[in-house]
Parts: sequence; C-alpha cells; structure tokens
Amino acid sequence: MKEIILLKDGEIVLKGLNRRSFEDVLKKNIKNSLSGLGRFEITSAQSTIYVKPLSDDIDLDEVCGRIARVFGIVSFSRAAACDEKTLDSVLQSAPVYLEKELKAAATFKVEAKRSDKRFPYKSPEICRELGGEILTKYPHLKVDVHNPDITVYVEIRDFGAYIHSDAVKGAGGIPVGTGGKAAILISGGIDSPVAAYMMAKRGIKLTAIHFASPPYTSRRAEEKVVRLLKKVSRYAGPMTMFTVPFTKIQEKIKNECPEELFTIIMRRLMMEISEKIALQNDCSALITGESLGQVASQTIGALACTNEAADMVVFRPLIGMDKQEIIDISYKIDTYDISIEPYEDCCTVFTPKHPRTRPVLKYVKEAQEKAEFEPLVEEALNNLKTTFISADD
Amino acid sequence: MEHYLDNSATTAVCVNAAEKAYRIMTQIYGNPSSLHIKGMQAEQELNTARKIVARSLGAESEEIFFTSGGTEANNTALFGVAQARKRQGRKIIISSVEHSSIIEAAKRLESEGFEVVRVSPKTDGVIHPEDVKYAVDSDTILVSVMCVNNETGAIMPVEEIFSAVKNKNSSVVCHTDAVQAFGKLKLNAKKLGADLISVSAHKVHAPKGCGALYIKRGVRIIPQQYGGEQEKKIRPGTEALPLIAAFGVACDEFDIDANYSKIRELNDYAREKLMKIDGVTVNSPENALPYVLNISAGRVRSETMLHFLEELDVFVSSGSACAKGKPSHVLSAAGISKDRADSAIRISFSKYNNKEDIDVLCNGIETGLSVLAHR
Repeated sequence: MKEIILLKDGEIVLKGLNRRSFEDVLKKNIKNSLSGLGRFEITSAQSTIYVKPLSDDIDLDEVCGRIARVFGIVSFSRAAACDEKTLDSVLQSAPVYLEKELKAAATFKVEAKRSDKRFPYKSPEICRELGGEILTKYPHLKVDVHNPDITVYVEIRDFGAYIHSDAVKGAGGIPVGTGGKAAILISGGIDSPVAAYMMAKRGIKLTAIHFASPPYTSRRAEEKVVRLLKKVSRYAGPMTMFTVPFTKIQEKIKNECPEELFTIIMRRLMMEISEKIALQNDCSALITGESLGQVASQTIGALACTNEAADMVVFRPLIGMDKQEIIDISYKIDTYDISIEPYEDCCTVFTPKHPRTRPVLKYVKEAQEKAEFEPLVEEALNNLKTTFISADD
Repeated sequence: MEHYLDNSATTAVCVNAAEKAYRIMTQIYGNPSSLHIKGMQAEQELNTARKIVARSLGAESEEIFFTSGGTEANNTALFGVAQARKRQGRKIIISSVEHSSIIEAAKRLESEGFEVVRVSPKTDGVIHPEDVKYAVDSDTILVSVMCVNNETGAIMPVEEIFSAVKNKNSSVVCHTDAVQAFGKLKLNAKKLGADLISVSAHKVHAPKGCGALYIKRGVRIIPQQYGGEQEKKIRPGTEALPLIAAFGVACDEFDIDANYSKIRELNDYAREKLMKIDGVTVNSPENALPYVLNISAGRVRSETMLHFLEELDVFVSSGSACAKGKPSHVLSAAGISKDRADSAIRISFSKYNNKEDIDVLCNGIETGLSVLAHR
C-alpha cells in the first residue's frame, strides 16, 4: 500500500477545449512547487491529478502544505493506493490506512465511486462489504449515513483503487500562467502583497516593480520587499522584480511641484514608468493595492488622475475591501508580520501635510508637464535593477 | 575607509579579545564543570575573566555573575529583586529614560501588580536626586537608574541618587544599568552605593552575547532560570566561555583616563565643527559623557541622513539602534521638540576613532543638508 495525493481540478473543468492546456500548466505548477522535496510522477485522468511520490522518504505533510498553495486545485486528498484493484485489497487496506481516524470516531459511513465499470462489484456492494469489515475491526463504531464523524471514500479508477477520508480544501482559483502576465507595483506595505496574491489566484503570472529612493528609503526597505515577494511566490511561483531608482524624480517633484500634489504626481509617474516596464516584459496589465478611500491618494478623484497616466488596464483587486479584510488575507498568506516592519518606503517619504483629495486632472497635468520629468524617467528606466524571486521554503 | 561612529550600538572586538575567544574555542574548549584537566583549564579561564571584570567594577569575584548581555542582566535584576522583595513592598522606581530592557521589564512587573513610578529628567536631560528621593516611601523595594543615557550621553548622578534613596529608606535595593558607562567612566560599586550593576561586553570591544550582573554580597535575588549550579544558580547553563574570556581580555585593556581625554578632545573637535554648520543643533547636555554626541541636522529626517552618510562609509545611528522607527522617548523626555527629534543623529565614539572620521562626518552632514530634500 503506497500513499498518493489525488487533486480535484477547479474551474478549469469549465474551460471546454482549453482544458488540456490548463491542466498541463497546472501539472507544471505543481511540479515546480514540489521542487526540492523529491521525485514525483504527476499524471491526470478523469478530472483528477495524481501526485505519486517515487520514493518512501518523501515528507508528505510538506507536499500537502505546498499543494494547498497551488491555484487551480479545488480540493485534494491524501489517499492509499491499494496494492491490487480487488475487493480483497480494498477490504484489507482501508481499516489499516484510516486506523487513527476510525479509532477516534464514533460514527462512520463508506462512500464508493466506481468509475471503472469493469470492476466486478457495484458501488453499493463495495460500501456494504467495506462497512461490514470496518465494523468487525472496530466494534465501537456505528454507521451513520447522514452525519458521520468520518466518511471513508473508496475510488475505483482506471489505474487503481484508492482510499481516503474527507478531502482538504485547496487554494481554488485558476492555474498561474493561464491568465496572462501582469506587473504588480509593490511598496512594502500590507496591501500590495495581498493584491499580488489575489491576481495570481486568477491565473496571472506576476512581474514585480518596486520604487526605491535611497537615501530617503533604506536598503532594508528593498530587502523587505524581496522577503514579501518570496512569500507571495509560494502561491504565484517565481517572478522577476525590477527596482526603479526613484530618488531624483521624488526630489524633483518635491522641489518643483505644489506640495499638495506631491503624492498624486508621484503616483502618476510610478504608473507611467511601470507601464513602460510592463510593456518591455510582455505584461498586459498593471496591478496595484489601492483600496477606495483608504488614504488621500485613493479617493475617486485621485484614482482618476493616477489612472489617466497609463493606457494599460489596471487591476485593483482590493478596491472594495476594508482594511481588516485585507489584513485577514495578509495573515493567511503570511505577509503581515513583514509588512509592518518600520522601514521608510517611497510612499511615506515627503508625504504632504494636506494632500489634495479632489485633485483636478488639468492642474495636475499642468504642474507635472511644467517640471519636465521625461529625461529623469528615461534615466530611471535605463538603470533598473533586476532581482529574481522564488519561494525558498 | 570606513568611519564607524556608532559605538554606543556596538563596537569592533579588539584583536586580543578575538584571539582569546578563538583559542578558547579551539583549544581550551572544556566545560568548566568537567572534573578532568580540560574542565579545570576552562574553569581557570573563567575565574580569571571574573576577577578582571570584578576589578573593573571595584568588586569581588564572588559578586560577578555572567549573563548573555545587558538585557539579561537588567531583566535578572528587576524580576529577581521584585520576586525576592514582594512581601516587603510593591513599589519600583525607574527613570523614564532607561533602556528598553528596563522600561519593558518594569511594564511587565506593573501588569503583575507592582506599582511603577517613572521619574523624568529635567530639561538638562539629567535625573535629579531630589526627584527620585521624593518618590521613595516605605513601600519602595527597588530603584533603577542608569549611569549614562544611551541616546544623549547624559551622566546621571547615580551616587547622589542612591545615597538620597538609602537615606530615606535604607532597605531599598539600588540597581544601575551601567552598560554605557562601563569602561568609559571609573566605576566603583561601593562608592556608587549600588546593590546591582548591569554591564555588557560588546560595548567595550568584546563579543556580543555576554554581559555581567554585579550583585553585592548579601543582596538576595530570585533566579529567573533553573538548571545546573553555574553562576551559583543565579544564571545556570554552561558558561559561554569564549565570550566571557574575551570579555575579560577587553576589560584588562581598559585605559579609562587616557581614552577619556582622547574622546573628550574628539568630541570638542566635533562640536566645534558641527556648530559651524548652519542648521545643526546639539541635543546632548553640555556635560554629557563625551563618548556620545546627539545632534539634530536641519529638517532632514534622521533615517535619510543616516543612509546618506552610509554612502560615504560613515556609520551613525538615528536615535538609539534599539528603537528603530519609533520616536525617541529619551529626547521627548528631555523636552526636545518632535521636529528636532525627527532629525536626531547619534554619533558615538570609541578609542579607534580619530579626527579624520569627524572631518568626513562633518563634510557629509554639510553636503547632506544642502542636497537632501527637507521635510
């Protein structure tokens, strides 16, 4: 009896003729997420993906932990593969494999699924036989078909017979890479890693863009972003991060533009630069962590001004979320504790005392054009620093 | 060339101390508690280090207990006394400008039901004996006031404070956190009138991870850790001998008078040059310990200036390294405005610094003030 992991595809089942390519991407993502844990055979059949460890010393708890972070999987079960596809083998394996769970339970039921119709016993027969076997082995148990403490699943499939208890919820979403590529603007705060996670969940492969303003921002702020992205990578897969040298631009805004427009002009320039980086890297959208009304630069008026700076579509997955909802996700993806470390980032230096909450695009553009940022934007784009990010757990 | 001016955060380990640690790790690596010769050799090294540290505090060997550093020494002192004396009284007095290892320990004791009184400095940044004495009553069990403040270098009149305290209630246990004064000022436990003194190794050119608590003979504290018989059960656990022996070597190299006059000269030189720069103000009191010089540079944020100077290989601190990102409780207690505190830079010297370091620093600050955007 060997252990195996059975994964149920999510929405990709709905994708008709594309399904095959979606499934291929998902299998590749699973394989990448398991790198360093040993060798596996990953196959798919009958809307299930089989992850079969090829040696006995593989840490299956860690494997399940990583699979739980792969988008495109609705649920998964750690299952026993019976030595033979026979009723005897099923009757022998199930009570042993689920011994701990059965001993802890008071009631149980058996559910059988026979997708291989050549198997000589029908589902109700399998249930009856295995139920009887379990009752003999564990006389304290009672059968309860409506509300059992544990359900024993038997799956008779083309390639074997499998036994498992209730499935674990997967990460949901669609496989990363099937939804195209987009660039996330990441600062180091709580919001942007959550936004990155949410778009990766919708199948997007990420590229990250970070703005650094030394000496106004510290090297630790940039190192913090790398650590945040490593956490996001556990879900989104490896990515490239571009660090934009932003000091001269920020100094110029500070010196030449009206103080109350500092943030809005800064964000417009960030969008402009990000769009250019995105285009050079085959990204077809930008992602930000903006949430309506959270700060002065995220009012409708301010967002309209920022939005106008780029032609590319901008995804703002947090737009309708409360701070606490965002924080809850940041806890879940384990970025919160890093995000709250107190290093200055480029969004907090030079914050005006009274930022304009209802900026008028015309005046903002006038102020921006008067200062002539093009040469500095060009210079920044020519001096990007590239860092490759991958999860390191 | 680098110009390290953050010696109150930590110091470079002196060569002899580093070599000692290496020799202990590779040759005299026995456990001081082992009965064989390797253990005995190690124990002798331990005794030697203890003797030297004791001597540098004017104390007896039996009164020195090695810890993992200043924080542990402070915690052991506060919790140890509070637990030993809880039946005599519930009141603990500290200054409001202590290191976080005192502030936070006191906060914890407060939550356990002790009453904590925090005495603030006057505008000179100094804690005054009459203010501490005023707070002492028959319920008071412990007073803890630091020798030298880590952010401003303000020297606290600990001797006068403790004598005033004992005068009013002789049963009060007096503790001083001497981490920033040790090796820089001549300290004598008896003259200070202290019952407990905390010191740290890495501020005096010895490795990190080591410190000591002086406990005056006859003063009883409850251990905060349980295990073997090491350090007379006050601090059980196999002794960190490489660090302790290196600590001993570093203490043996103390040349307090000579270093003091050298640093005094450097500090005067720095003050003179800095005062000529438009926008620089000095936050350290006039008669502060010369090893620390706290200034504010115009309206440039501390962190910005720090990173700007870093590019020139000049290393300073914004406030205290332990309070990264938080406004300084010390500067605000000394009545320094938030605006000025936001631009505060702590320069701290060691015997390895010279005038060139200060020239580079001053040029850096001057350039920074002209090129960096202000708040």
